[in-house]
Amino acid sequence: MIQLTRQLGRFTLQSLAKLGRGSLFLGHTLSGLTDILLRPGLLIRQLYFVGVLTFLIIVISGLFVGMVLGLQGYYTLSDFGAEESLGVMVAASLVRELGPVVAALLFAGRAGSALTAEIGLMKATEQLSGMEMMAVDPVKRIIAPRFFAGFISLPILAALFSAVGILGGEMVGVGLLGVDEGSFWSQMQANLDFYDDIMNGVIKSIVFGFVTSWIALFEGYDAIPTSEGVSRATTRTVVNSAFAVLGLDFLLTAMMFGDD
Amino acid sequence: MQQCKTLELLVGLFVASGIVALFFLAMHVSNLNPLTEDEGYTVYARFENSGGLKVKSPVSIAGVRIGRVTDIRFDTQTYESVVEMRIDKQYNTLPDDTSASILTAGLLGEQYVGLNAGGSEDYLEDGSVIEYTQSAIVLEKLIGQFLYQNKSDKK
Repeated sequence: MIQLTRQLGRFTLQSLAKLGRGSLFLGHTLSGLTDILLRPGLLIRQLYFVGVLTFLIIVISGLFVGMVLGLQGYYTLSDFGAEESLGVMVAASLVRELGPVVAALLFAGRAGSALTAEIGLMKATEQLSGMEMMAVDPVKRIIAPRFFAGFISLPILAALFSAVGILGGEMVGVGLLGVDEGSFWSQMQANLDFYDDIMNGVIKSIVFGFVTSWIALFEGYDAIPTSEGVSRATTRTVVNSAFAVLGLDFLLTAMMFGDD
Repeated sequence: MQQCKTLELLVGLFVASGIVALFFLAMHVSNLNPLTEDEGYTVYARFENSGGLKVKSPVSIAGVRIGRVTDIRFDTQTYESVVEMRIDKQYNTLPDDTSASILTAGLLGEQYVGLNAGGSEDYLEDGSVIEYTQSAIVLEKLIGQFLYQNKSDKK
């Protein structure tokens, strides 16, 4: 019993300490913004690794998610004779929820894990301490460009995911199943609002980009510098990012769409 | 140097594709249409009961959408609901004795304001009030009336 209480206490203290380290780390990273403005080349390089290389998986997944939504939506809606609402269903679910959330989950899996492994290995091979020896701040030089690259990339990727998904839904709904093209688009336009739906989706993806990049980089920076430690940190990145994204999504949805 | 240029180009393409996607969402998917949304004139109509009418519900005449409901208020003086509608400026020749009624698209569909053109020579202007209105049909009331009528017929 005492053992259990002791473990619980240790776990709580460790979690709190980690949260504290994470917050300090975030503050330090954000203060690196000025360095990035002086050296945009670093940021562009990381945008390539974090954003451009994730482009393909996002576009392909978006296409398939949209196509599946088109099929499933059609079968359910046609029971009520409301196939014309397919456009609204596909667009609303993509723009409000699936775009930001699935893009963030894919991003955590594709780019976040790579970031953690990279930073973790840098720490394990003492590249980070080497930099410190040379009076170069590794957080500002290594971490901050990656953080801002992730923060910028995810909203772009989420918007792409939604746009491609809607086109995929149109391909299946209009092309294959014969929903009227005019009503597909016009119902969508009539029922989706730019600020209420699309901008809220963009805000969600900005928040998710912030959180997933933060988790990925911090886990890498905080990893135990052994091969096992790095592999554990990579796993934690994916798991924690998924939790954070889904939990925050609930909160943000409740805040944004709660009052109507 | 060559490699650096391609990298910049790819990142540029990536950011541009994101902007294109957002633009597509704004223009094609949502109702953001800045050119036509703001130009128009406002008319008011008073209804005894505005039913399930909502802000942004369509306003149509002869089945063509010509505007949107922009505000629904309750008038504490007359105990009526005041519906504010924004009509596109190209439809500025509606007679001022046009009547408005709240209709439902289909049996369970969305409610909208249907206008019926009158025969007057004068036109509705910004701020005019539509005089002839017909309230929303509340299904429960209708069923109640029907049942009541059936009972009295049997006697």
